[in-house]
Amino acid sequence: MTDLPTVYPGQKKLGLVIDLDICVGCHACATACKEWNTGGHMAPLPDFDPYGDEAWGVWFNRIHSFEEGDGDGARTVHFPKSCLHCEEPACVTVCPTGASYKRAEDGIVLVNEAICIGCKLCSWACPYGAREFDADAGVMKKCTLCIDRIYNENLAPEERQPACVMVCPTKARFFGDLGDPNSEVSALVAARAGADLMPELGYRPVNKYLPPRRAPAMPLRLMDLPAEADSEAGGGSALLRWVDRLLSR
Amino acid sequence: MHPALSIVFFTTASGAGFGLLLLLGLGVPLGLLPVNTMFGVAALGSAFVLAASGLASSAFHLGRPERAWRAFSQWRSSWLSREGVLSLATFAAAAVFAIGWIFFGVFSSVSGLFGIVAAVLAAGTIYCTGMIYASLKPIHQWHNRWVVPNYFALGVMTGFLLLDLILRFWVPFPLGTPILTLIAVLAAWWTKERYWRFIDTTSAPSTIASATRLGSRGRVRLLEPPHTQDNYLLQEMGYRIARKHRVRLRAIARITAFALPAILTLVALIAAGTTGILAAAMAVASAALGLIIERWLFFAEAKHTVTLYYGAEAV
Repeated sequence: MTDLPTVYPGQKKLGLVIDLDICVGCHACATACKEWNTGGHMAPLPDFDPYGDEAWGVWFNRIHSFEEGDGDGARTVHFPKSCLHCEEPACVTVCPTGASYKRAEDGIVLVNEAICIGCKLCSWACPYGAREFDADAGVMKKCTLCIDRIYNENLAPEERQPACVMVCPTKARFFGDLGDPNSEVSALVAARAGADLMPELGYRPVNKYLPPRRAPAMPLRLMDLPAEADSEAGGGSALLRWVDRLLSR
Repeated sequence: MHPALSIVFFTTASGAGFGLLLLLGLGVPLGLLPVNTMFGVAALGSAFVLAASGLASSAFHLGRPERAWRAFSQWRSSWLSREGVLSLATFAAAAVFAIGWIFFGVFSSVSGLFGIVAAVLAAGTIYCTGMIYASLKPIHQWHNRWVVPNYFALGVMTGFLLLDLILRFWVPFPLGTPILTLIAVLAAWWTKERYWRFIDTTSAPSTIASATRLGSRGRVRLLEPPHTQDNYLLQEMGYRIARKHRVRLRAIARITAFALPAILTLVALIAAGTTGILAAAMAVASAALGLIIERWLFFAEAKHTVTLYYGAEAV
């Protein structure tokens, strides 16, 4: 049934906390997600025209990069986005077949591929673009919060977390129970004012985003460097000019 | 939103079919329409064919059409499921009504009752179609109070245009139907103008700042998208229509969906006879073209909040 599960106090709400302050936009989480999930619960994650000009495919995690502000106070913010496992997921209630559902025991939102008719309405109902259609299988696919890792007793206990969290080289991603006020992730959200995306729509996402920290503005003297390098390398050998170009990037 | 032709055809055809069924289910039992058997075959047949072909067309949009029957199960939460259930119930009630009318000729109170039930269910089906769109919060151009009245008014309008045409083969000088048709066309035009004014003068509460929760340092804009080619999200929800085209298509829709059918209905009201049939037929043809453009625009002008993550600053 696509009715939402009954809410009870102390309910587990598994999800992610993403630290926008330290994400460097390396896309490792997206790659690790694709790698694990194309063999996981929602497998495969097909690619179309993979070596052609119009390559596209199904990914559960995508990294957008934004600029915020202008001049010295501006900063680049890398912004990973995957399913937020909302507490009010309209993607579940709009489903006409019962294929889309939210688990009562941990709040994970999943798709039962065996009964999905591929009407795509759930992807329209998701404000965040978390669901992607598998045009090969004719069914909708989405992030499973690596349900086949986090409960997988064949994995070492420290590996029982989502692939995107495991792989992150800067530790910008955290996995845990956001329904437990004493959990590490809840403490992080409280300390860093973790925020909901598009709170005005009332979907109440479980995943939280930690905003970039305020840092004192630093004078940008690095801008002088390429000019110096140019004068030193002028007229040198091809190798030196190449090294110069490399260093000037 | 990407305007899929299967959905454009589905919503316009089934709207017209259920609109006509609504009018027949009410008009015949109340004694406002003739009980002629051949009129029943022509009118009910048109309504069935339109509604059923619209529903069949919607199945082409599915990734797994063979599982379409599963869509009848989640009526408790899903407007799409409710639309499916109500459309089947409408067909069932209308079938009893049609058998009573066509095969037994005499109009019994029982089949008349089923006509009224079919009319109520047809109205409910059109309401559900509108609610499928109106319930989607991420799309400001759909999640507003004008969408359901639009679907309803356009369904009734096309129902009346069809009824006015079909009726003329049995009643050469109808008076009430063309007058009501004219009113229905003008009412639908008014709701569409109000809808267009609403989407032109308001925008969604969501912005690039609320989508990212950034903005304390100043304006937020996309630096780099996650991928170089369009993905499913952009193919399905990133559709954009140029302002120039939008203005022209709206003008064409205004003329073909509303202005011409209104004028032609007026001509039919005055001329009657063969000229009346020709005018009413042209009104139906013009409205059909106009509504396909109107429905195409309903999708093409709709902006989904996911585009905020791909460079749109407001939706």
